[in-house]
Amino acid sequence: MVTNPHRLPQYFLDSFLFLTLVRSASPVQIRFILLQNRQGKTRLARYYVPLEDSEKHKVEYEVHRLVVNRDPKFTNFVEFRTHKVIYRRYAGLFFSLCVDITDNELAYLECIHLFVEILDHFFSNVCELDLVFNFHKVYLILDEFILAGELQETSKRVLLFPS
Amino acid sequence: MASNSPFKPKSSRASSQIPPPPPPPSASQIRPAVVVLLVRPCGGEIPRRPALDSVERIVEDFAMDLAINPFSSGTRLRDMIRAIRACKTAAEERAVVRRECAAIRAAISEGDQDYRHRNMAKLMFIHMLGYPTHFGQMECLKLIAAAGFPEKRIGYLGLTLLLDERQEVLMLVTNSLKQDLNHSNQFIVGLALCALGNICSAEMARDLAPEVERLLQNRDPNTKKKAALCSIRIVRKVPDLAENFMSAAASLLKEKHHGVLISAVQLCMELCKASYEALEYLRKNCLEGLVRILRDVSNSSYAPEYDIGGITDPFLHIRVLKLMRILGQGDADCSEYINDILAQVSTKTESNKNAGNAILYECVETIMGIEATSGLRVLAINILGRFLSNRDNNIRYVALNMLTKAIAVDTQAVQRHRATILECVKDADVSIRKRALELVYLLVNDTNVKPLTKELVDYLEVSDQDFKEDLTAKICSIVEKFSMDKLWYLDQMFRVLSLAGNYIKDDVWHALIVLMSNASELQGYSVRSLYKALQASGEQESLVRVAVWCIGEYGEMLVNNLSMLDMEEPITVTESDAVDAVEATLQRYSADVTTRAMCLVSLLKLSSRFPPTSERIKDIVAQNKGNTVLELQQRSIEFSSIIQRHQSIKSSLLERMPVLDEANYLVKRAASTQAAVSSLNSAPAATSGGPFKLPNGVAKPPPAPLADLLDLSSDDAPVTTSSPTTARNDFLQDLLGIGLTDSSPIGGAPSTSNDILMDLLSIGSSPVQNGPPTSNSSLPAIETKPVPVKPQVVDLLDGLSSSTSLPDENAAYPTITAFQSATLRITFSFKKQPGKPQETTINASFTNLATTTFTDFVFQAAVPKFIQLRLDPASSSTLPASGNGSVTQSLSVTNNQHGQKPLAMRIRMSYKVNGEDRLEQGQISNFPAGL
Repeated sequence: MVTNPHRLPQYFLDSFLFLTLVRSASPVQIRFILLQNRQGKTRLARYYVPLEDSEKHKVEYEVHRLVVNRDPKFTNFVEFRTHKVIYRRYAGLFFSLCVDITDNELAYLECIHLFVEILDHFFSNVCELDLVFNFHKVYLILDEFILAGELQETSKRVLLFPS
Repeated sequence: MASNSPFKPKSSRASSQIPPPPPPPSASQIRPAVVVLLVRPCGGEIPRRPALDSVERIVEDFAMDLAINPFSSGTRLRDMIRAIRACKTAAEERAVVRRECAAIRAAISEGDQDYRHRNMAKLMFIHMLGYPTHFGQMECLKLIAAAGFPEKRIGYLGLTLLLDERQEVLMLVTNSLKQDLNHSNQFIVGLALCALGNICSAEMARDLAPEVERLLQNRDPNTKKKAALCSIRIVRKVPDLAENFMSAAASLLKEKHHGVLISAVQLCMELCKASYEALEYLRKNCLEGLVRILRDVSNSSYAPEYDIGGITDPFLHIRVLKLMRILGQGDADCSEYINDILAQVSTKTESNKNAGNAILYECVETIMGIEATSGLRVLAINILGRFLSNRDNNIRYVALNMLTKAIAVDTQAVQRHRATILECVKDADVSIRKRALELVYLLVNDTNVKPLTKELVDYLEVSDQDFKEDLTAKICSIVEKFSMDKLWYLDQMFRVLSLAGNYIKDDVWHALIVLMSNASELQGYSVRSLYKALQASGEQESLVRVAVWCIGEYGEMLVNNLSMLDMEEPITVTESDAVDAVEATLQRYSADVTTRAMCLVSLLKLSSRFPPTSERIKDIVAQNKGNTVLELQQRSIEFSSIIQRHQSIKSSLLERMPVLDEANYLVKRAASTQAAVSSLNSAPAATSGGPFKLPNGVAKPPPAPLADLLDLSSDDAPVTTSSPTTARNDFLQDLLGIGLTDSSPIGGAPSTSNDILMDLLSIGSSPVQNGPPTSNSSLPAIETKPVPVKPQVVDLLDGLSSSTSLPDENAAYPTITAFQSATLRITFSFKKQPGKPQETTINASFTNLATTTFTDFVFQAAVPKFIQLRLDPASSSTLPASGNGSVTQSLSVTNNQHGQKPLAMRIRMSYKVNGEDRLEQGQISNFPAGL
């Protein structure tokens, strides 16, 4: 049944990985940020809690499944495992933030919008292709905006045109 | 809120106020992070700067022509992305990626320098697509160690994307980080801080804390805010360091720069969580500053760079309110101090935009969290009322969320919104439904339980499949909690059973059966209702089980319309109709083994209730003689033999079951839901250590309890829900869990006892001397309990508890039985090295309880992430049969959160019996405290 006796199968460990996500994550405000298109291709993924690569892919898959079919009239919040995903859709792109269940959802919704505005200014009229070809820049902008899972800067001027 | 507008939220607040971009800087000059991107992005791709682009391309082409480095892949980052995007199939994409990876590997092993940063950028893209990129980790370190800003930048970015805090490689980067933190160039310092904030591990936190602490006092606000956020990460990793940061954090709150302020406020929150001392210090020193910040920001005139929906910097508002909540919690003086400003913010903030609502929401939460005045609380509840009637789903969701918390403060105020909340349970959006259901559950009380339950049950009929499980669980829980009126309880349960019987948990219907058994005046009504429900919705598993059980027990009430209630309409059911119903269930292909087994018992009982149908029942029962499921086969054979050969004792053997002990079942149920013992071998009702089913004639291996000593002691009372713990007999538990409340049968075995009878009795019929369990429902079970039972059970328990609680030479930690099944027992003994409280050496000993030798025995264990585990080789891979000698294996466990979290472990054992693979698994959570 087990091919390699010293390696436990993934499903057996999954519940523990999941525990780790909960535990190590509890004090972090933002657990991860995902930017996915409608097909589920990840355009940006920043994790502020350590996860195995396989677990990351699973998370990305699950989050996409959760948000992609929701009616635009529905809330922008979905419960995801023991956390909450705040997402917002811009054309074919989904921006998702995973935060604590008790956190201020409306504030994070505003956060996503601010981030999009910043991208929009930077790329002047941003589209998905800009983000694909300049993904490294998007990461760097994100790092100026959010660091260690916390908000770093709220001024558009400082973010875009630092002195 | 959900904006499905094109990817262009060109809102009014976005543009116009922002100054035009500065003129392009010269290439040599180092610009801050984001702008530098424009100057020299990796791989030479510069959109909208065609001149530079083409120059770079010429240089690259030239380099390629000269074949300076034959291993460097010729493509630029942009070309690679194009190639990948052009792929039509996944296989094509894999091929492109494989080719690129091969080229990058070659370049790495070649030590290529010129294209290192470009390769890194490609790797990041490949990583994002989900391909393995571990071979590039060392390249990150090399780039970080380079002197230039562009190399460092891409190196640090790669570091944070390709690695995380758990990799050993990270140790190597600490030194580079230290150097960069001390660098004279503030942008390089910024890069290092950014990387540190994203991937800092506990060791790095200890090593680099002094540097970060120093940078908090830096002149540059950019560095300061990054350092503050890094400190958060450091304090998270090593809470002991919190006190070093508190004075610096408090002084940062005096700054003007919003970025610094918001970072500092977040740092303060983290410090408060990490250390009580810091909390006290911040209460004393920074409350005034916080009130000032909040007042300034909420009174400030229009500030374009922070403006969001007409409000200046809502993010700062929210963070400050959050910190105020932490400081004001449980401290009357602090709460009083911030009352005024909270009142001001909650009245003055406009609620027509999302940003304003976000602030109000946070404000309400803070008011609920601190020791606020009653006036302020009323204000908060009113805001929530406004939210609840908002048309925007997001706002309603948030309101439901908050009301769940507010219910502790002011139940009456929340009750006023009951109708609205109930509507939300039926919302189309699952997020809202879930919240609303939680809230309704909290709102139920004696006065409103009936209408609320009716609403919920009505909704159950039309709700989504996904939602049914949640809804059913909540309804059952409500109905049980308020089950004063038994008839009402039964009615509701029957409805839920017929609507969503597949979603009902076992313990719920067990409880239902216990109750019916106690309510003698309602038994007739129950069996008739269930019969009707069974005809109508026979596919609901739990309904079928309950109905079949009732028909078996109270069959004559069904046929003769006994004990009719006033409002009931009589139904005509013949004896053969009743048998038909059970037979149909037994034949239904989707019925599971437990249900079928229950059907067989029911039929057997009916054969005694309705003697004319006896012959027919015999035939039906006999059909299962060849069943491949051992349990069904066994029952079939035994029952046939009773019907055929033991007519004389049949009727007394198949008496109705004695009244089940309600109080005892509830205690047992509470214990079993609390016990965190594994249910990997899926024991539904009793998790550990029920009293045993005595070994019967059919040579089942003697089941023994899991050694949970607490449970064992509570089981000393012989009247309990009995359950064998062998995995093989799991499904019996269902039956026994309801059937064998009274362990009398053993003692009551008639003198003519033969093997078959013994077995039957232990399955759960009542013995001869139990009088008909009629009128008196509260007859204490003890009275009918025969004497000999007690000593037997106690003996067994004694034997086990003495063996399991025996302290070994290590007095500090008792040996535990970590796992026990019918075939295998594992005991753990513990040893600790003095001075190393985190480390424990566990000596595991495996004993084979079966009669055949196990070969190829492999023991595996998994632990949560905060524990490290090392397994030494086992002393042997062969376990001799019948407990003749055991195999030992030692495990070293390091609990990194010693003192905070207990050990936990999942285990799995695979072995071969006569060449056949076997697998057992379990979870150990009964480790002694303090490991």
